[in-house]
Amino acid sequence: MSLVGARVLRKEDPNLITGNGQYVDDLQPAGCTSMVFVRSTEAHAKIRSIDTAEALALPGVLAVWTSANVAQLANCPGGLPGLDQPLLAKDIVRFVGEGVAVVVATDRYIAADAAELIIVDYEPLPAVASLSAAMAPGAVVLHEVLGGNTVHFQDFENPLDEAFAAAPRTASLHIVNNRCAPSPIEPNVCLADWGRSGLTLWAAFQAPHHLRNTIAQYFGIPQDSTRVVAPDVGGGFGAKINFVPEFFLTALLSKEIGKPVKYTQTRSECLVAMLHGRAQEHDASVAFDNDGRILALKLTVTQDQGAYPNGTGMGLPVLTTAMAAGCYRIPAVAISWRNVVTNTTPVAAYRGAGRPEASFTIERLIDLIADETGVDPVEVRRRNFIPVDAFPYATHSPLAMYDSGNFAGALDELLKHVNYDELKKEQEKRRQDPAAKLLGIGFASWLEIAGFGPPGSLEAFGHLASWESAQVRIQPDGSAIIFTGASPHGQGTVTTYAQIAADELGIDFDRISVKHGDTAVVPQGIGTMGSRAVAVGGEGVKTASGRVYENAKRIAAHLLEASAEDIIIEDEKFFVKGTPARSVPWSEVAWKSFQPLELPGGMEPGALDSTVFQQVPNFSFPSGAYCCVVEIDRETGGVNIVNMYLVDDCGTVINPLLVEGQVHGGVAQGIAQALYEHMLYDPSGVPRTSTFMDYLVPAASDLPGYVTGRINTPNPSNTLGAKGVGESGSVGAPPAVVNAVVDALSHLGVKHIDMPVTPIKVWNILEGAK
Amino acid sequence: MTIRTAITVNGKDTSREVEARTLLVHYLREELGLTGTHIGCDTSNCGACTVLLDGEAAKSCTIFAAQIHDCHVTTIEGAAQADGSFSPMQEGFRQEHGLQCGYCTPGMIMASTALLTENPNPTEEEIRHALEGNLCRCTGYEMIVNAVRWAAENPNFTSGGVK
Repeated sequence: MSLVGARVLRKEDPNLITGNGQYVDDLQPAGCTSMVFVRSTEAHAKIRSIDTAEALALPGVLAVWTSANVAQLANCPGGLPGLDQPLLAKDIVRFVGEGVAVVVATDRYIAADAAELIIVDYEPLPAVASLSAAMAPGAVVLHEVLGGNTVHFQDFENPLDEAFAAAPRTASLHIVNNRCAPSPIEPNVCLADWGRSGLTLWAAFQAPHHLRNTIAQYFGIPQDSTRVVAPDVGGGFGAKINFVPEFFLTALLSKEIGKPVKYTQTRSECLVAMLHGRAQEHDASVAFDNDGRILALKLTVTQDQGAYPNGTGMGLPVLTTAMAAGCYRIPAVAISWRNVVTNTTPVAAYRGAGRPEASFTIERLIDLIADETGVDPVEVRRRNFIPVDAFPYATHSPLAMYDSGNFAGALDELLKHVNYDELKKEQEKRRQDPAAKLLGIGFASWLEIAGFGPPGSLEAFGHLASWESAQVRIQPDGSAIIFTGASPHGQGTVTTYAQIAADELGIDFDRISVKHGDTAVVPQGIGTMGSRAVAVGGEGVKTASGRVYENAKRIAAHLLEASAEDIIIEDEKFFVKGTPARSVPWSEVAWKSFQPLELPGGMEPGALDSTVFQQVPNFSFPSGAYCCVVEIDRETGGVNIVNMYLVDDCGTVINPLLVEGQVHGGVAQGIAQALYEHMLYDPSGVPRTSTFMDYLVPAASDLPGYVTGRINTPNPSNTLGAKGVGESGSVGAPPAVVNAVVDALSHLGVKHIDMPVTPIKVWNILEGAK
Repeated sequence: MTIRTAITVNGKDTSREVEARTLLVHYLREELGLTGTHIGCDTSNCGACTVLLDGEAAKSCTIFAAQIHDCHVTTIEGAAQADGSFSPMQEGFRQEHGLQCGYCTPGMIMASTALLTENPNPTEEEIRHALEGNLCRCTGYEMIVNAVRWAAENPNFTSGGVK
């Protein structure tokens, strides 16, 4: 029986449900000390002085560091040269939450006490806490070297003036894609131990080899004696692939004081110091005919980079604009983007990273076209879809060569679940009844770019390469250990890879282990992000397993005095096809694979060990069709999701249980962005949502149940056919939810509402209509 | 200022001289080495630190160890059955994929266990309401709801001592 496609329970769970998981904060090596930050309370200020005397005098305090202690060191890696963040703020702070000083003490309570005793004297400067403030004439400049606050501006190659002038109809939207805090339930944590035999850094991170390579380079130490371990990681969502000063400071301080140094971020710190996501504004225009057929699209993305731009943040608008056209055939597309710095937390990847923003805008425009033309939103989508016979489909962007999909098919499948005609009748009926809640139906036919990626794609974000490693090692008893450079943090990769390997090797699922997250154990690796763990890493496991299996067959054939081509396997026994009575078990093949005298000619011991650096020729393009049905309370403006219908096309499904979990989780974060979450700053740059009291991560009672469905157009770029699914829900859900809310209010002339769609926004609309 | 506190944790008597301000979660994690109870926020919103305190769900990040002298605490390490089988709730989370990264899971399991003690057969709505104080960022909650229902429907689950 094939395990690929089976609903297999996770290997990860027995440890995690019994409290035997091992997260970084659970580690407490002998002599472990605790590091605590003093973080800036000012959004923009000069540092006049820092008084550390009282803190240093506190018993138990081992070190207090300010920028003076790291003055000779380069700024934190990952930033743009000249605009990068110092390990500790030097002379000036540029956002609330920037590290100003650190304390190391024998325990976390003393370290926190000492941090309270440090007095920082600030001279406040004017702050720019929004894109409009940062771009206003005469705005205060964050980085003098820039001369302004715009880091980069990419103009239209052709602004399509003629296409728009000639079009029967045009429409435009200004869209704010709200800033979100990724908020894994485990904040950032790291533990450094830098002794005579080298540096070991345990870190809650998604790409340990990436961090190892960077940290070794930063300190000028060899990679062989630099080890990064990401043990169990409590969620990442893109926020744990960024280099932050914490990693470098714990390492430096460990070397300085000769003890392990641990840093455990508090939630309040996490909300302002862990990099944010989204934070874009879009100016989008669309030209179309009276039948709702799109003639041209124009999009300018303005990306808030926060105070210190980084490579990932700079890449966000590139991805957004690459995916601007969604799943539609649009004859002319013009894209433009700019990156702007503000006195806010830096911005980088958050689940979907640039693609949710693209999907949101094109799907809002589709509904706007429907509203303008009177053509049903479902029909507008159908009239503009890229047809199934058009793949591979070249878009306006060289990044996005769509390779597969069936957008109409996904929508058809969705409509099997949604009683659309009845819902529309019900909507009309309720509009006539002032006591009834308003009903809205919203669709999103979404598409994203994932499976990062082809050679060159991750290099552009500072990674070593874009492959993923897989090593399959058969043990002498015929069990298998798989080492992967993917570094999961909840995805169930251990289970998924064991399923893939079990099919390829013919070894029982229960006799396959998967190891990850330790640079001293895994040969090399890239990491888990961009929905790549299966499409790239899983394919690597399949390739390496296949190579091992071919060699195992040769050994079995040698033992059976047969030809390898005739050998098959069942129940871990190799035999010549048709003669199962005479067989050799995997355990014997494995045992003899290490014994030179037992091997076929030309084969060396260790032949059942294969390492692959799996490359893929293209990105992948997961897609789907979602429908959200909302009710709106006319008295409170509260939005309640009644139903959420989700049809995904992630290509081949390895484990439907885990795929469903990924879809649910992504959709939950998408709903959260649409209805609840927003990192808010006041005009002076003070965050107003810096605890879970005011930053609304939804609870079970805030979210609906989900109805899921599926179509499958296999990914042609790997033999598994898998596209990736980690980010899908966060791409598809926000436009479905907001389209539903706008639909519910469309009789009041509402064309758009920015996220999050809070009760007060809706209530104001309802009051305004009275 | 230090103070002596004696707490029964997972059926075992523990006693320590602790700083008066020592939080129960730090007592469990750092004094006793029971690291299954996690910390996810500073404001008792996330519930990752949920334990059973004399049988009721309590957030161990907002309780001083010294405050619960002579009380009984059950952590995730004490959630399994006497023969080592997973509890019905633990097994429910496994069967229904009620966890991904696992960080919120110990708190979720303890809060859900307390719910079934009060209400052995909760509806979906009652489960969602009861777990309002426990945040999960991975699952979108539906599978957690299913996990709790699984436990409600299989109160006599045992794996016969197989862990």
